[in-house]
Amino acid sequence: MRLNKLTIKELRRLLDKREITPTEILNDIYSQIDRYEDKIKSYITITKDFSYKMAEDAEDHIKNGLMSPLTGIPLAIKDNICTKGILTTCASRILYNFLPPYESTVTEKLLRQKYILVGKTNLDEFAMGSSTENSFFHTTKNPWNMQRVPGGSSGGSAAAVAADECIAALGSDTGGSIRQPASFCGVVGLKPTYGLVSRFGLIAFASSLDQIGPITKDVTDSAMMLNVIAGYDPLDSTSVPIDVPDYVSAIGRDIKGLKIGIPQEFFIEGLDIEVSNTVKEAINKLESIGAIPVDISLPHTAYAVATYYIVATSEASSNLSRYDGVKYGFRASGKDLLEMYMNSRAQGFGDEVKRRIMLGTYALSSGYYDAYYKKAQQIRTLIMQDFKMAFEKVDAIITPTSPTPAFEIGEKTTDPLQMYLSDIFTISVNLAGVPAISIPCGFTQDNLPIGLQIIGRNFDEETIFRVAYAYEQSMDFYKRRAI
Amino acid sequence: MKYEAVIGLEIHAQMLTDTKIFCGCPTTFGSEPNTQTCPICAGMPGVLPVLNKKAVEFAIKTGIALNCKISDYSRFARKNYFYPDLPKNYQISQYELPICERGHIDIFIDKLPKRIGITRIHIEEDAGKNIHSIGNYSLVDLNRAGMPLMEIVTEPDISSPKEASEFMKKLRTILRYLGVCDGNMEQGSLRCDANVSIRPIGQTYFGTRTEIKNINSFRFVEKALEYEIGRQTILLEEGGSVVQETRLWDSSTGITLSMRSKEEAHDYRYFPEPDLVPLVGLSAKAEEIKKSLSELPDSKRNRFITQYNLPDNDAESLVAEKALAEWFEDAVRAGGQPKILSNWILSELLKLLNEENKSITECPIKPSQLVDMLKLIENETISGKIAKAVFEDMYRTGKNADVLVEEKGLIQIKDEGALEKIIEDILSNNPKELERLKAGEEKLIGFFVGQIMKATKGKANPQLANELLKKKL
Repeated sequence: MRLNKLTIKELRRLLDKREITPTEILNDIYSQIDRYEDKIKSYITITKDFSYKMAEDAEDHIKNGLMSPLTGIPLAIKDNICTKGILTTCASRILYNFLPPYESTVTEKLLRQKYILVGKTNLDEFAMGSSTENSFFHTTKNPWNMQRVPGGSSGGSAAAVAADECIAALGSDTGGSIRQPASFCGVVGLKPTYGLVSRFGLIAFASSLDQIGPITKDVTDSAMMLNVIAGYDPLDSTSVPIDVPDYVSAIGRDIKGLKIGIPQEFFIEGLDIEVSNTVKEAINKLESIGAIPVDISLPHTAYAVATYYIVATSEASSNLSRYDGVKYGFRASGKDLLEMYMNSRAQGFGDEVKRRIMLGTYALSSGYYDAYYKKAQQIRTLIMQDFKMAFEKVDAIITPTSPTPAFEIGEKTTDPLQMYLSDIFTISVNLAGVPAISIPCGFTQDNLPIGLQIIGRNFDEETIFRVAYAYEQSMDFYKRRAI
Repeated sequence: MKYEAVIGLEIHAQMLTDTKIFCGCPTTFGSEPNTQTCPICAGMPGVLPVLNKKAVEFAIKTGIALNCKISDYSRFARKNYFYPDLPKNYQISQYELPICERGHIDIFIDKLPKRIGITRIHIEEDAGKNIHSIGNYSLVDLNRAGMPLMEIVTEPDISSPKEASEFMKKLRTILRYLGVCDGNMEQGSLRCDANVSIRPIGQTYFGTRTEIKNINSFRFVEKALEYEIGRQTILLEEGGSVVQETRLWDSSTGITLSMRSKEEAHDYRYFPEPDLVPLVGLSAKAEEIKKSLSELPDSKRNRFITQYNLPDNDAESLVAEKALAEWFEDAVRAGGQPKILSNWILSELLKLLNEENKSITECPIKPSQLVDMLKLIENETISGKIAKAVFEDMYRTGKNADVLVEEKGLIQIKDEGALEKIIEDILSNNPKELERLKAGEEKLIGFFVGQIMKATKGKANPQLANELLKKKL
């Protein structure tokens, strides 16, 4: 039995029965990494020595009967989440040497459970992209097909989970950055409700949209991970003080009579025919196990991408201004302060990041603010209302996660707009703040995974898990492994 | 043509909270560079601001004291600009929807009241400090980064440098009363920028304005404005025009110098701060704070005038500092006459304190000690003249008046026989002067009284001495 192929839940049972040790899991993880990482390149940093130390620590904990759900479980963390004393680069040259002197709240919670860090995963620079091709370091390959992208920006995390190079991972989702790569890599990715998971220590891309979430092999693991990372954090003013339920217990309840909304605006031209058919089959499947499909409308969907690229870039232009060569990270030389600033940022940031900084700076500029940023905020409110009204009629909304399966490496790098449209189905969820999950719902003829997106009400991750689990167990896609 | 000035002020007041506005770093002044910093105020990646609630409370307090409307809903905004002392390269401030709007302060110019409108009060974080002139590089000290500031903006209601400085003094008094700012301009905890323009007297339009920065002392408020108004007046009189720009006050040369023109002005690209949630329910909070607010300078002044029958000027001076007003009222409670106390406090006591640059809180004399001394004058144990010397001794030694009077034998001579003997001696020792007095040279009375005081070392009861002298002539 290769332990790296198992889920958190399966490993937990074996660990708690003392049939295996964390070190044994880690051995299998690292033999997988040794075999495949050269090709896939999920990671920017692999923390092998530290992993084994953490494994011993976890083992002591288990011996003393102090185990928690994630004790001794090897996880990968997206490299835009700060880990104290461990390189955290955001896949950017400008942070190529950055060692955070603090731990993010989510990894702090994992540390308390004695998890094992395998490494920091690759991403599009500053989480800006949909393919990991914008990483300063390297492009990650899709484990199902090495010529294809793993999606992005959490492509490293999704690929690492799909390739069994870790048991589960954390990603971040600003416009689809967890769900789209989960969909491309045939794994489960959850973007929690904005405010459910602390952003403290997540290097900001767009503060009002960013949210950390789990990427896992199945729905149960997703719920187990969310149980640990969710909850109010006094260090993040935008985290919401609510009582966090036990998400695992939401799993297993049937979905009889549950209303699932099918938004007409998501089944449009440009949607890949295989994706469209597969998602429709999935809806039929859900109906056959008790859900009631309801046609709904999210009328402002067409404006989501444009709105997103104003809100997200505006916030990013400000969030990324701290990278100036003065305090940390990459510094270029210059004859005076201005030149040092300009050289550091010109050489430290990649093209996509620069493009978005310029877009955002423009949108916020005096004379343009009302036409762009303010208007975008108004449309954002309309998009929120779309969802609010829809959820008066239905309990969950079902859509494709991405209009296409994983595309080829290099296919869209020359056309930013095509790349942006890759997130067309995921973006409105971030603008509205609502939670959504992507689960595998089938494969193309070329054996590329297809993802199903299930969107829920604010703070109603339980219903999402309930629907996702019911569907997952009715099919066996989750059992198929990439490697 | 005669011109009048139109002045509006922008004041930055550092709030007296224990910790910075968005992190837990201490706010102590004058520590070693970069020892009062953390990842949050140093602008590290991934960290988030958490609002210090005390700062909001202080701003509301100030808003109430400056007669402002307290917004029920307020939010923060980012002000974006690059500078090494601003670690995030944006400042968390407020733009639309500040905490307080539309208030006023009343000042007195030549005893006439003048109302200065307050446009808004908002809160924001301070930047750090760049330290230049070390080598061909600069250093950054982030101790001040994230210090809690309150920005108070006035309407362009100020018409003279004198009004501006009176406004600043009044504002400082109020901020100190509230305990929200120590009001120290030299240390930079109270800073003032001024927007200045001039126009022909009687006109209502606004002339082109300049913004004067770096007015770092109360003394310079008037000086800087006088210089700038003079500069603009000469420009216009010579047929030139004022350029809209930011100018820097240079206290060593006493002039303002161009810093940057309108064209070089920043586009700050303000937008709502997404890392902080909006402030809600501030009206209810304001009502709560209102209840706990102690008496403010204006109402204290009015009360002093009616309750203690003090002249306006006395009341105004006494309430200028809360501790001074309290000292005065403690003395009244100890049984002193308000007007007499006021005279002694405002002349003798403040003179002694000012000589040593001490504040009333460091005064070595207790209010009851002054009252006890005044009783000695009242019951004619000592004269008013001797009392001044006694008071100074009290100040230096901390001893009570009666002890000092006893020790130094300063009790007035009220014994008629003894005094008569002294007067007779003086008259016989000064025959020429006596002749002239008798011949009608009245002013020599003063000479003889002086002689009596000299002989008694000032202890003769002046009234008695006068009477006896006249009797002898």
